Amino acid sequence: MIGDIYQFALAPFHEFAFLRRALVATIALATSAAPLGVLLTLRRMSLFGDALSHAVLPGVAVGFLLFGLSLTAMTIGGFLAGIVVVMIAGLISRYTELKEDASLAAIYLLALALGVILISRRGTQLDLLHILFGSVLGVDIGGLLLVAGVATFSMLVLAAMYRSLLLESFDPSYLAASGSRGLLLQQTFLMLVVLNLVAGFQTLGTLMAVGLMMLPAVSARLWHDTLPAQLLGSTLQAACAGYVGLLLSYHIDTPSGPTIIVCAGVLYLGSLLFAPRGWLPRLLQRQSHLQG
Amino acid sequence: MASLAARIDNIAGYSCAVVERAMGIGRRVTVVRLDDLTVAFRRHPALHHISGQFRQGSLTAVTGPNGAGKSTLFKTILSLLPRNSGSVSVAADRKRIAYLPQQSEIERSFPILVRDCILLGYWQQTGPFGTISSALIKRAESALNAVGLQGFSRRLIGSLSAGQFQRVLFARILLQDADLILLDEPFNAIDSKTTIELLRIVIALHQEGRTVIAVLHDHAQVRSHFPQTLLLARNVIAWGETAMVMTDDHLRQAKAMAEAWDENAPLCETMITTA
Repeated sequence: MIGDIYQFALAPFHEFAFLRRALVATIALATSAAPLGVLLTLRRMSLFGDALSHAVLPGVAVGFLLFGLSLTAMTIGGFLAGIVVVMIAGLISRYTELKEDASLAAIYLLALALGVILISRRGTQLDLLHILFGSVLGVDIGGLLLVAGVATFSMLVLAAMYRSLLLESFDPSYLAASGSRGLLLQQTFLMLVVLNLVAGFQTLGTLMAVGLMMLPAVSARLWHDTLPAQLLGSTLQAACAGYVGLLLSYHIDTPSGPTIIVCAGVLYLGSLLFAPRGWLPRLLQRQSHLQG
Repeated sequence: MASLAARIDNIAGYSCAVVERAMGIGRRVTVVRLDDLTVAFRRHPALHHISGQFRQGSLTAVTGPNGAGKSTLFKTILSLLPRNSGSVSVAADRKRIAYLPQQSEIERSFPILVRDCILLGYWQQTGPFGTISSALIKRAESALNAVGLQGFSRRLIGSLSAGQFQRVLFARILLQDADLILLDEPFNAIDSKTTIELLRIVIALHQEGRTVIAVLHDHAQVRSHFPQTLLLARNVIAWGETAMVMTDDHLRQAKAMAEAWDENAPLCETMITTA
């Protein structure tokens, strides 16, 4: 019995180094990307992650065009493209009447179109699939160090800006009235989001990386009332989804990125039903109420 | 209520500031001076050539119809909005200004405890990294008592009613220990009991020598509690002693001014010369 469990749940990671590396990378990503997702939802920017993941694409494409399937080149290219899009959107919102979300929506679509054109000029469909949906086989030691580095950096920066960011999300006019600049905070925060999306694109792919950021974040909000609990809960859910997703993708031979996201999605559906702020507790509590 | 607020001050040893403020009142120092101030949105002025001053230690109501530029005035004093012409000079340390925006600007569903929300009142002291000592936490507890929210510190702000949440924001202002306090429609959508209690706090803050400016719509409230009034309708209709300002004639003027909106208004010549 115990042997069976070992065979199913642990042996694949024991046997294959690439799976081990993918697991470590996913868990590292879970510790930084999922809390960022919670903060995004709190700022009513849930769809920003999605937009930014598309914005990263032209950079990845340029890296791919210039250096072929070099992970370093594509990572750096993607990061730069994301930063440029965030900065342009920030400048537009500052100097025109457009709000940040509207300008980001415009800029990322432009970036995405450019990216697709660039990729179609060279390369095959298969390359595009790899970039969009990732491949666990691709995680080498260098990639692992990148993900771990990004996760560490994100957590440190997030810890440093935690109080300011909270105040800026909760009561921006109060922060502005005290003379602090909210724009720089927002830009730094979005830079972290880009960094995590780029770090995730090896294991999960550019588009799927958002899933690990947002799905656990949304579910965590259904379980917990306070922010620290939500941040921790989202990380745990993301790590669980990463582990189970990798395991399933190995056993039933499916692409790792989408499988991990489907696992996060199953956790989300479960949360929708059973979490304290979900549907079932509401249904059960409707019958009874307190006296005061 | 006055003694309570004073006690909160004394706990953290702010009596020094109170004395300084009292000296300022004696000299009738100007805290905010507006000089020919114009602020426009899409070239239509929300504030049009406003001049005047708020004295230190004064308690002023800013009133006028919707769109009269009341909130714009506050935001300009805080330099949150660009000016088209004229100037605003504020003779108060930025760290000693408290601003209560309209409630709609605050994210009420944010998962934050009442206690933590109030402790944000120390932001100007602590900044993003400073620690909050146990003395400061104690002072926060007494501020919570002063606004009538004993035992609420572990509640989420999302679970509070509009009136309770406004009390929380007032507790935060008590902690800010500000010299200049700007309240934008503090009693909007608040029941009469809460309004009376919060009004008492406003008066207590005034009696401690702080300069308080509040945007209000209730004329009876303005007449009975606020010694000074600024009646605004893009222009200054009247500014001074409340009894002199809140006359039927002035109020009629303010109403007429706000209703006159001209999409094709000609360029204001004075604006060109000053710009």
